[in-house]
Amino acid sequence: MTTVARDPVTAADPEPPPTKPAAGPSRHRFRAAVGFAFGAALLFAVAPLMLSDFRLSLLAKYLCVAMVAVGIGLAWGRGGMLALGQGVFFGLGGYAMAMHLKLADAGPGNMPDFMLLYGQLDELPLWWRPFASPWFALPATVLLPMAVAFVLGSLVFRRRVRGAYFAILSQALAAAMVILLIGQQGTTGGTNGLTDIQGFFGYDLDDPVNQRMVYFIIAGTLLALLALTRHLMQSRYGELLVAVRDSEERVRFLGYDPATVKLVAYVVAAGMAGLAGALFVPAVGIISPALIGIVPSIEFVIGVAIGGRATLLGPVLGAVAVAWARTALSERFPGTWTYLQGLLFVVVVAFLPGGLASLIGLARRRDREPADADPPAGLFARLRRRREAA
Amino acid sequence: MTVLIGQLFTGVSIGAVLLLIALGLALTFGQMGVINMAHGEFIMAGAYTTYVLQQTISAAGWSLLVALPVAFVVAGAMGVLLEFLLIRRLYARPLDTLLVTWGVSLILQQLARDIFGSPNVQTRAPDLLTGNIALPGGITVANNRLFILALAASAVVALTVALRVTPLGRRIRAVVQNRDLAAVSGIATARVDRMTFFIGSGLAGIAGVALTLLGPIGPTMGTNLIIDAFLVVVVGGIGQLKGTVIVAFALGVLQASGEYLTTLSVAKVMVFIAIVAFLQWRPQGMFTLRTRSLA
Repeated sequence: MTTVARDPVTAADPEPPPTKPAAGPSRHRFRAAVGFAFGAALLFAVAPLMLSDFRLSLLAKYLCVAMVAVGIGLAWGRGGMLALGQGVFFGLGGYAMAMHLKLADAGPGNMPDFMLLYGQLDELPLWWRPFASPWFALPATVLLPMAVAFVLGSLVFRRRVRGAYFAILSQALAAAMVILLIGQQGTTGGTNGLTDIQGFFGYDLDDPVNQRMVYFIIAGTLLALLALTRHLMQSRYGELLVAVRDSEERVRFLGYDPATVKLVAYVVAAGMAGLAGALFVPAVGIISPALIGIVPSIEFVIGVAIGGRATLLGPVLGAVAVAWARTALSERFPGTWTYLQGLLFVVVVAFLPGGLASLIGLARRRDREPADADPPAGLFARLRRRREAA
Repeated sequence: MTVLIGQLFTGVSIGAVLLLIALGLALTFGQMGVINMAHGEFIMAGAYTTYVLQQTISAAGWSLLVALPVAFVVAGAMGVLLEFLLIRRLYARPLDTLLVTWGVSLILQQLARDIFGSPNVQTRAPDLLTGNIALPGGITVANNRLFILALAASAVVALTVALRVTPLGRRIRAVVQNRDLAAVSGIATARVDRMTFFIGSGLAGIAGVALTLLGPIGPTMGTNLIIDAFLVVVVGGIGQLKGTVIVAFALGVLQASGEYLTTLSVAKVMVFIAIVAFLQWRPQGMFTLRTRSLA
């Protein structure tokens, strides 16, 4: 192993230099509020006015990917957990929503069309039945992924399986889920997935007005998730998460349990991915194994890496940019896009690990924390003092 | 009883394939700690090498024999190139290595698509390897499975001997156990890294040759193999080979019996659950090099 780790016990942790009063918390909060209002105006006023219905529905799809990216930014950028299997949670949310919508399309007492087509079943399978009720299906889109993440995360983090091991396990989970979905074709739709979804709680999804409504729901959800994530990152928990990323053992020696800290971020990220999957279904009208397997799961990560993994907005902008570039390029030059995607992985991760946000950070170093730097000055000293005071 | 032994052999032959594809990783990931997602594409390179050689040497038996060393060198050279250009800059950042090599694997897949076309291609197996052997007790064993088993066994033996006996093997072990001490003792650790990577990637090429006997060759074949290969090494524990060998066969038998009792897809999920459960018991894998590091 060539990892040149600083000795966690003796490494000097400088006390924070006295901060300038100019960059106080109130100024930060004011700037965040302005940014938030600007983003809301962009998403709710400018985009719907400027874009055609087709482009707007594409944007809705990209914003779903961005929701997954926000979660990955939290888990990977802030928590150091490279979650390569977020497609699983995206898929769980998507399938939960699609199952409900399929059942609603079919009408009470009927079976979804594809089950009749394959003709292997006489009646609805038992585990499909609860999804007929929106009161079960809607919470399930978020809670089901969170539950799976909780089980896997608590098993894995408590035993201190981490780094590459965790990444590979999370990727294997995506592989296992896809194989399971394809294998159970009679009840899951197999490779085709759940397609041809018509209605969304009584609204016809073919109607452009209703597509617009779906877009507004997605944009609003993304903004809410961003606000939640900002709150988490700024909180004491957010500091602890960064500390765990940078030196898990030191945090353990200070008396915290790193496993719990990581678990929270992983479960929150899974919930965001589930919500994204659930909203993806009415926006695009399909959920299938090809959207949630190993390859799409790792593609969620590239946008985060490009935008800046440890920042709040970087993952969102990166994910939207990558998804947009993908549509624009792969329509015309399918092969070129794969090369470009590969090159992006190589160049950005190897030579610009902070993502594009670190370029902005370089320009505005004075009033901004570096995008993906070493632990902020005095982080561990601060945690220690808090611990002693408690 | 016959069924049981038949299933056992199926399991062992799945295990032999797993072992072949994981052996190179046991060296690059296990010994050096490098996560090379392009390893699957090196396997693909080995498979396509076999295909190209068969276009020139039409006798299937000879082309297969020639393909083994050629694929080793082709895949090994690709590995050295990757190590030299990218990986050596990233030794301190294992997770980033994972993403970078994933990007490389995307590029290699597209290259394969552009050179050989998207549809799968097929090689002819030599006549000697197409039949079955009937063992006493009414068990039939496919010749090609037997060949792969023999190939996997000889690869393990050759690698073990190389690591134990040769001067290069001694240097590799020294670098794995204590890089700094090896460096001050006069070992050129960077060159040892490169040689380790050459051998590990070359083994992927050999695995690729073996896989041409079992199925078609396609640009995405590597993606499907890489996860299985990593799981074998993770569960086997890093730093030595015996864990990889044991776990490859154990997972093979587990999957074969799972497939026999249920279906392929359920068996895959069972294997995943078994792995997570196993890591509860031994989070560092089956065998580990004991070190004093905290991480």
